Amino acid sequence: MDQMTIYLILAGVFGLFMAWGIGANDVANAMATSVGSRALTLKQAVILAAIFEFAGAYLAGGEVTKTIRKGIVEADAFTADPNLLIWGMLAALLAAGTWLAIASRKGWPVSTTHSIVGAVVGFAAVGVGMDAVNWGKVGTIVMSWVVSPLLAGTLAFLVFKSIQKLILNSDNPVESSIKFGPIYLFMVGFLIAMVTIKKGLKHIGLDLDTEQAFLYSTLLGVAVAFLGSYLIRKVKTDPKADKKFHYTNVERIFAVLMIFTASAMAFAHGSNDVANAVGPMAAVISTAQSGLIASKSALPGWVLLVGGIGIVIGLATFGYKVIATVGKSITELTPSRGFAAEIAAAATVVLASFTGIPISTTHTLVGAVLGVGIARGIGAIDMRVVGNIFMSWVVTLPAGGLLAILFFFTFKGIFS
Amino acid sequence: MAKGGYMSGIFGSSPVSPLQQHMSKVYKCAQELVPLFNAVINEDWGEVARLNQVISDLENEADDLKKELRLNLPKGLFMPVNRQDLLEVLLMQDKIANKAKDISGLILGRHLKLPECIHEDYIRFVERCVAAVKQARKAINEFDELVETGFSGREVEIVTEMITRLDEIESDTDTLQADIFAEIFTIEETLPPIQVMFLYKVIEQTGDIADHAENVGSRLQLMLAR
Repeated sequence: MDQMTIYLILAGVFGLFMAWGIGANDVANAMATSVGSRALTLKQAVILAAIFEFAGAYLAGGEVTKTIRKGIVEADAFTADPNLLIWGMLAALLAAGTWLAIASRKGWPVSTTHSIVGAVVGFAAVGVGMDAVNWGKVGTIVMSWVVSPLLAGTLAFLVFKSIQKLILNSDNPVESSIKFGPIYLFMVGFLIAMVTIKKGLKHIGLDLDTEQAFLYSTLLGVAVAFLGSYLIRKVKTDPKADKKFHYTNVERIFAVLMIFTASAMAFAHGSNDVANAVGPMAAVISTAQSGLIASKSALPGWVLLVGGIGIVIGLATFGYKVIATVGKSITELTPSRGFAAEIAAAATVVLASFTGIPISTTHTLVGAVLGVGIARGIGAIDMRVVGNIFMSWVVTLPAGGLLAILFFFTFKGIFS
Repeated sequence: MAKGGYMSGIFGSSPVSPLQQHMSKVYKCAQELVPLFNAVINEDWGEVARLNQVISDLENEADDLKKELRLNLPKGLFMPVNRQDLLEVLLMQDKIANKAKDISGLILGRHLKLPECIHEDYIRFVERCVAAVKQARKAINEFDELVETGFSGREVEIVTEMITRLDEIESDTDTLQADIFAEIFTIEETLPPIQVMFLYKVIEQTGDIADHAENVGSRLQLMLAR
């Protein structure tokens, strides 16, 4: 077997393993608010997650993949010896995978995104040289890690305030939720369709101009709104149920509305996180095949397909258990809050995917939950856990980096 | 690999339902004062002893709930209400149960008799004080709705209305208490002095029940205002 074949096999195995890990672990965090608020049964959650994670990864995962693949490193630094990039990206995948395995065994809240970015920066900066890293890009990414939870939090705050005003505080909250619910769904459907059409359909052979994109997104948004409207009208409301808790019926309607935001969340997660697995993999494959850094080369569509399939396998083999555990432990979140948090988080993550910035879905969702909390909508949020989650990247970045450096020099020793 | 996503950890256990459970227990405890005073009037000391035990047990149970809630309120919890305000509400609720226990203990210990001329008024007075506790419980029962609406809109009006009503009930009890004092004052000379001393004490403590209930309401109002 020649070395290129070995590289391809290793890249495939490591990439699939990372995708599997994302499906097994991270999807649960993205779906946690849905299952926790009893909006979905476990089976429904897993099926929806599988469909929309895959769709997100395949249709909208391209931009972030491009960033991980060739945005963080400076292609020029590798033209002399393209092997450095192959070893480095393999090392990055292995490092991120190892770190995630350690962290999840210990129960540490670490992000796949932080691990992989730390790993790629690590091998490039130390293994190759400081000028092998596109520091401007890295700066933008790190800034976005601060901005994304803030943005999601602000959006969640505003969405929840609007739900308060339009629905919860109206004279007839049940009627208002039937009236206004579909409008929120329209926005979700429109946004996701827009991102997909603008960025995702090229590699499956469809190329639409802005006007068409706008038209089709509107159509899809309207279709989603109508479907939602149909479903919430079918919800059986029981006035007696409101005796003890006056908002029981409204929450039942939100539980149905939340099926849509949960799907959006899964789509958003797939679109942003698939890159963590297939970004380095794509870099190895294109370099190994062409023998040089093809900075102009397009991303092969099947790479995203592999990533999407990997995530679904992870979800099917292991992720469903984690989702069940998470669902059981979150009991304090009602559907209306989950709805607000998920709309905000999904919108933020999808926007990041659109611009090609790898962000942490979990951080974004935590930011959104805090936004609802600031609007006085959640009984209790444990700030110590929130603090741990937010601070985790301070450890994860160097950890991913150090492991990547270690593996990089190991590969260099073995293969050269 | 992982045992569960870490997202679940960010939701602490909400204090709302435990606070409501505590208030329900406190109300049950205070409620027993009505049969207790009826038994006092009937001079059925066996029944008084039994009810004293019931009140004491309920007070203990309320105490346990209070401790549990306090233990589940670490400083790092981000809640829609101020932690200090919440603890104050809990404390006020708890004082109601404590006071009920004090009253029944004092009565049983001294086999305190009520002069006949105040029997009817006294039962009305106790019932009104218990009504204040009931009204406070009603307001506390809206706590989950307040969180649901994010402490805004009509729900705040509903609770404010309830608190106003609670204040009215409390001021009723003040009037009733003053009337009873006046009645006793007129016959004071005919009663054994030590008994009169304790009688005044029991009357005051019964009135305290309504005062504490009102305090629960006013602390709740502070939470609305944040």
